[in-house]
Amino acid sequence: MWTLPRRLGVIIVLAAIVVFLSVKLNAFRDYQIAEIAVYVTAIAGLTVLTGLSGQISLGNGAFMAIGAYTTALLLLHLSWPFYAVLVVAAAITAVSGAVVGIAAARLRGPYLAGATLMLGVALPSIAYAWPGVFGGDQGLNVVFTTPSFLGANFPLTRWQAWVCAAVALVTLLLLGNLGHSRIGRNWRAVRDDDVAAALDGVNVAAARIRAFVVSATSAGLAGALLAILTGLVAPGAYTITLSIALLTGAVIGGLGSLAGALWGSLVIVLVPTYATDVATSHGLSSSVGANIPIVAYGVVLILVMLVFPQGIQGGLRRIMIAFFGPNQKSRTWRTAPANNVTPSADTLLISGDETLSPPEPPDKPTSQHEKEGTS
Amino acid sequence: MKRSQRLRWQGAALITATALAVAACSSSSSSTATSTSSSNAALTASAPGITATTITIGSHQPLTGVAAPGYSEIAPASNAYFQYVNANGGIYGRKIIYKYLDDAYNPTTTSSVVHQLVLQDNVYAIFNGLGTPTHLAVLSFLNSEKVPDVFVASGCECWNNPSQYPETFGWQIDYVREGKILGQYVAQHFKKDKIGYFYQNDEFGQDGVKGLDYEIPSSMVVSRQSYVPTNVNIAPQVAALKASGAQVVVAFAVPAFLALLKLYTLKLGYNPALVASNVGTDPITLGGLVSSFAKQSGATLNGSALINGIITDYYAPSLGSTTNSWIALWKKVHDQYDAKAPFDGNVQYGMQAAYTFVQAMFNAGRNPTRQDLVNAIQAGLPQGPILAPYAYSATDHAGMTGAYIAKIENGVFVQEGPVLVTDTSATGAITTFSGTEQQAPASGIPSASSSS
Amino acid sequence: MAEFLQLTLSGISFGMVYAAIALSLVLIWRGTRVLNYAQGGMAMFTTFIAIEVIYRTHNYWAGFVVALAAGLVLGAICELTVIRPTLSRPPLNAVIVTIGLLILLEGLAGILFGGQFRSFPAAFSITGLKVGGTALGVSRFDVFVVAAVLATTLVLAVVFKYTSAGLRMRATAFNATIAQLSGIRVARVLTVGWALAGLLGALAGVLVSPSTFLYPNSMDIIFVYGFTAAVIGGLDSPAGAVVGGLLLGLALSYVGGYVGGSVGSELTSLVAFGILIAVLMIRPDGLFAGARMRRV
Repeated sequence: MWTLPRRLGVIIVLAAIVVFLSVKLNAFRDYQIAEIAVYVTAIAGLTVLTGLSGQISLGNGAFMAIGAYTTALLLLHLSWPFYAVLVVAAAITAVSGAVVGIAAARLRGPYLAGATLMLGVALPSIAYAWPGVFGGDQGLNVVFTTPSFLGANFPLTRWQAWVCAAVALVTLLLLGNLGHSRIGRNWRAVRDDDVAAALDGVNVAAARIRAFVVSATSAGLAGALLAILTGLVAPGAYTITLSIALLTGAVIGGLGSLAGALWGSLVIVLVPTYATDVATSHGLSSSVGANIPIVAYGVVLILVMLVFPQGIQGGLRRIMIAFFGPNQKSRTWRTAPANNVTPSADTLLISGDETLSPPEPPDKPTSQHEKEGTS
Repeated sequence: MKRSQRLRWQGAALITATALAVAACSSSSSSTATSTSSSNAALTASAPGITATTITIGSHQPLTGVAAPGYSEIAPASNAYFQYVNANGGIYGRKIIYKYLDDAYNPTTTSSVVHQLVLQDNVYAIFNGLGTPTHLAVLSFLNSEKVPDVFVASGCECWNNPSQYPETFGWQIDYVREGKILGQYVAQHFKKDKIGYFYQNDEFGQDGVKGLDYEIPSSMVVSRQSYVPTNVNIAPQVAALKASGAQVVVAFAVPAFLALLKLYTLKLGYNPALVASNVGTDPITLGGLVSSFAKQSGATLNGSALINGIITDYYAPSLGSTTNSWIALWKKVHDQYDAKAPFDGNVQYGMQAAYTFVQAMFNAGRNPTRQDLVNAIQAGLPQGPILAPYAYSATDHAGMTGAYIAKIENGVFVQEGPVLVTDTSATGAITTFSGTEQQAPASGIPSASSSS
Repeated sequence: MAEFLQLTLSGISFGMVYAAIALSLVLIWRGTRVLNYAQGGMAMFTTFIAIEVIYRTHNYWAGFVVALAAGLVLGAICELTVIRPTLSRPPLNAVIVTIGLLILLEGLAGILFGGQFRSFPAAFSITGLKVGGTALGVSRFDVFVVAAVLATTLVLAVVFKYTSAGLRMRATAFNATIAQLSGIRVARVLTVGWALAGLLGALAGVLVSPSTFLYPNSMDIIFVYGFTAAVIGGLDSPAGAVVGGLLLGLALSYVGGYVGGSVGSELTSLVAFGILIAVLMIRPDGLFAGARMRRV
């Protein structure tokens, strides 16, 4: 069972691994560790929102942009220390998450997807509308240096890796705690059957808004990290492609699973680089060579979804069960399976772990019955 | 072995090793002392990215994504010229390896690939990094790592900052200078007309407008319309330009939007004179984009006819001057190493930038350090294929200082006046440049020059 | 007044393209309950096929017909190969598969057709029409765009309502299990639905590409607005798709025209977002949504 001490232990082990790798590997790998940590922070929040509370969001890139611009503005105009900036960025994105959550509280399924998609497209254009404040197309510069206590020779990329990994691990810890608390249980109740949850005394709207706030805050923190990692906050970095990548990472990794956030981030950061290396080493012409990684990425997405419908984490669990047998003693997170649950989901119910069972969004079972007056 | 014997062997080994080390150190120092002069010194690995046989340079380019059309031709064209140089002796015998990575015009990806090029692939320099927001993301990184960041593919003034960014050099004419040169032409030739602006709403268009405003009296400007590249429906802007009565439209737009401007003027029955920045006016690209409109707009028009008469500025020989030694050189290189691409302005741009880099590398010496390249550029570079002089000095990292006015006729640029040079200030004069045009070297490869 | 007319007519023209995309999304949603994020990519791919045909045969209508046929085939292939396995899985998997499909199609187009701009011809003249001396700001081609989309919508509506094939599709959308029990080959109906959606997408592609130029990412923003139009209208309503598309096209045109050049063009996506939120606040399932029912 995943108690707090156990979770804390895992986090500490992960932190030790990160420190070890950051020293052993070259500076570019440190940069990649930092990149992966950024995506883990953002995807963890999204996987909680979509996996636990059942609300799809195609616009979390917008929250990353809010966090990033807040960071850039504070560092530029007020020169605050970074930890203070992080707190403020988190707070402001939390507020924006609440606003979006309130607006989206009544929306379901594809309507929520459409609204968040448009949010992801529209929000960065604010930077163009007020170029004096937000720097327009060129964006805002962010200066981030190693602190003096580390000495003059400490590589910046290693410090960036440590800072980003620290924030990511703390986020994972907090989200894991939330997932196991009453708040998390309420989310899953709302996700599975909001009418029943309401009858049970759960404030459905508040739970859904809370999920948006949490997801937005994680994305805002990720945006702040991305700002100090790349050194520039410009609208070109926060396009809809980023939002799509976050959702893709969450589902590929395993929706609702914090370990899945890690797998998804690894896919996002490493697959394109690896594919590019392979393509360029074969000396293909530019138009072909540059598109091979794109084709490869698309194929990977399709294949993973077809072969591992529960994402990589789900696939790993199936492999573990195949080798070690189901763990009978663990708790399950579901009371009773819904009508259209797939066989693979059933076997996964038996093995308990800190990741939550694959979600069954209410749309699926009821879509056959949900009827409108149209022909 | 007896202890005394062992000591003897150890002592001999130590002395031999020391002697060899001293010999090696002294021989390498002697070779660096003659690095800039003698042609017989051995080639060494004098800097990261340089070995005895290769020079590795990197770049970030939009090879895919919304910025790819057009711009994705530049790096392969540069690579074609580098391959030509490699096949004909290389740079002091070293071959150039040009590693350009796709960033899809996303600054986050730019940062990632440039970190990879510098930290993992250990490139000697970053060459021709494309895009303003994308390159801004790596400006401080490259300078703090002391990697030469040469000939950035963007006309922003931001690359000319030697005190803060000593490793960074611009190359193409910046947009303010273009605006001034075009603005002076408009103010002189369209004195009685109403002028409208049509510009991209980023630093490309805004800097261009800044330059235009330095030269065109504001009373003449009746409408200023801007567009964003993400919204192709520019019908409202063109309708506004027509409603304002502008008889001349000055455009700082990319080819796609210049073509769309033409499309919508056809729709509205509006026919202003067009003056545009060379960023958008490559006749082959532009002609190709409007070719489909031409088929539907009237039986007698072909694509070229729709773009004839557009006034623009340019800084290199027109692709139509087939007898020009530079154009002949580019055509030869193109046909041999980049034949699949159309022979258009983007390809010419890529080859010209590559030529300039090769020239700078020859000037940097046989075993250059990274600082040697920076010094070589700061000492001034010969114009080569460019018709206006470079501004390079220890205090100026901008590139070309001017251009000539040209008109599009039958699908090529036709020069309409002398080469004009200017600066980026509001009051700096625009003067005629009277230097003679240089000819391409017979081999097609530059040799080390002492100064510009 | 002339400006208002010009803005209205150009808004309708673009709006019809959004409506075509929205219609294809509605078709797929009604049939398979999948959000087809690859709709724009499929349209782009079929338009590339069309331009290759036009280039070789110098015949626009040959390319037009081939594009529509390719749309049918591509839609059917996508449904059979990658979408069918996801239908029994969590619905988000299908979304990710369509995203993967979009990325795959864009990369393939880059490899097969190159990443440069292609100028796509218009079916009819693009010179503006005039009434008296006033330029209307629309061309014969714009009229064709509106007519083509409207005609296709009408044909589809007739097919759905009055033919047995349409009845089968409606039955499958209503309740796949009962439809199967009634003897309907549900799998075939799903494939046909996707094929028709592919055709609609291909139509949108050839209609809009003269104004956007054709390159692998050219349909991305068109898809976003088409999706928004579908959501505004209600994902279960074809009429809603058309109304949503028109509404969006007109609103964006007016904002671009009346709110001053630069600010207006930046604000288009914000305005679209504003309209979307405004509609969804009042009707969370879109304008034409019926009463929401659930059996518990």
